[in-house]
Amino acid sequence: MLHIVNKSPSDRNSVDTCLGHVKPGSAVLFIEDAVYAATKGTVAEAKVKAVMPGVAVYVLEPDLNARGMQGRVLDGVKLVDYGGFVDLVTEHSTCQSWL
Amino acid sequence: MTDEMDMEEGGVVKKFMFVNRKAPYGTIYALESLEVVLISAAFEQDVSLAFVDDGVYQLMKNVNTDGIEMKSFSKTYRALEGYDIEKLYVEKESMEARGLTEDDLIVDVQVISQSEMGDLMNEQDVVLSF
Amino acid sequence: MPMVEVAGKSFEVDEEGYLTNLADWDENIAKYLAQEEKVEMGDDHWEIINFLREYYNEYQIAPAIRVLTKAVAKKLGPDKGNNKYLYELFPYGPAKQACKIAGLPKPTGCI
Repeated sequence: MLHIVNKSPSDRNSVDTCLGHVKPGSAVLFIEDAVYAATKGTVAEAKVKAVMPGVAVYVLEPDLNARGMQGRVLDGVKLVDYGGFVDLVTEHSTCQSWL
Repeated sequence: MTDEMDMEEGGVVKKFMFVNRKAPYGTIYALESLEVVLISAAFEQDVSLAFVDDGVYQLMKNVNTDGIEMKSFSKTYRALEGYDIEKLYVEKESMEARGLTEDDLIVDVQVISQSEMGDLMNEQDVVLSF
Repeated sequence: MPMVEVAGKSFEVDEEGYLTNLADWDENIAKYLAQEEKVEMGDDHWEIINFLREYYNEYQIAPAIRVLTKAVAKKLGPDKGNNKYLYELFPYGPAKQACKIAGLPKPTGCI
């Protein structure tokens, strides 16, 4: 399943809760303010790294660039554009958008 | 996606989960979710409700909204059984982080761990977040 | 919102004729609403109306028809808890019509 989060990890607990529920084989995509969770030095870093062996973590590049956070992305996080976002949605049978 | 589906009365039954993560009354999410759940009952799907994070506050007993000029919908959770919605899951960690126990809740629920909740989400055909 | 006067008391209804304020309801208003729906109220009608008001008090919603039927069957027996019986009393839909007469909002989960 694909988990999509759009809230900053230092503002809301959505990233934290999502990462607590995600299962190996699933994917997580950070968009909008959640792109901060894909970068180095945040409150979410340890938890993102902890799930990464079994979970594919993606970040939406346009949202990342819009916030000037390019170049700070955690190793192993994959960048996707809007086309890649659509591909992720179609590749997974279910999708949850964490509010 | 399709392997979990059964044919029942000529229709396809899918597993739907409504994930509730917001406290009631401060925002409209909890009430909206409850209304969607009640409407979805008409389609006779396999519906589960999950209460996670502040969503567990939706099930508090002793709600009295007289002073805030809002209709209380807390008793409506008790009507869910009559709508054949009987799968109510509350996350243990969320309840504990708020100092709550099952005795504080207005309906009977199944208390499960975060890890079990993750497994349940994974089994669904459709997950709707509120 | 339209205002209606019944037996010297005036009350508000919405554009579909549902009573706006549940607390305004009394027997006279029920009789007026029934007349508007062309339902002649007998004991059997009142029994369902009172049942609906009790249901609303307990759960704070007007039940969907399927739920109403089941709940009536449980409380008043299968002779009354079935579609045929309820549609005979309230031909234009027991949930919608009876809820209106009972002063409740339109049923939740009614499609």
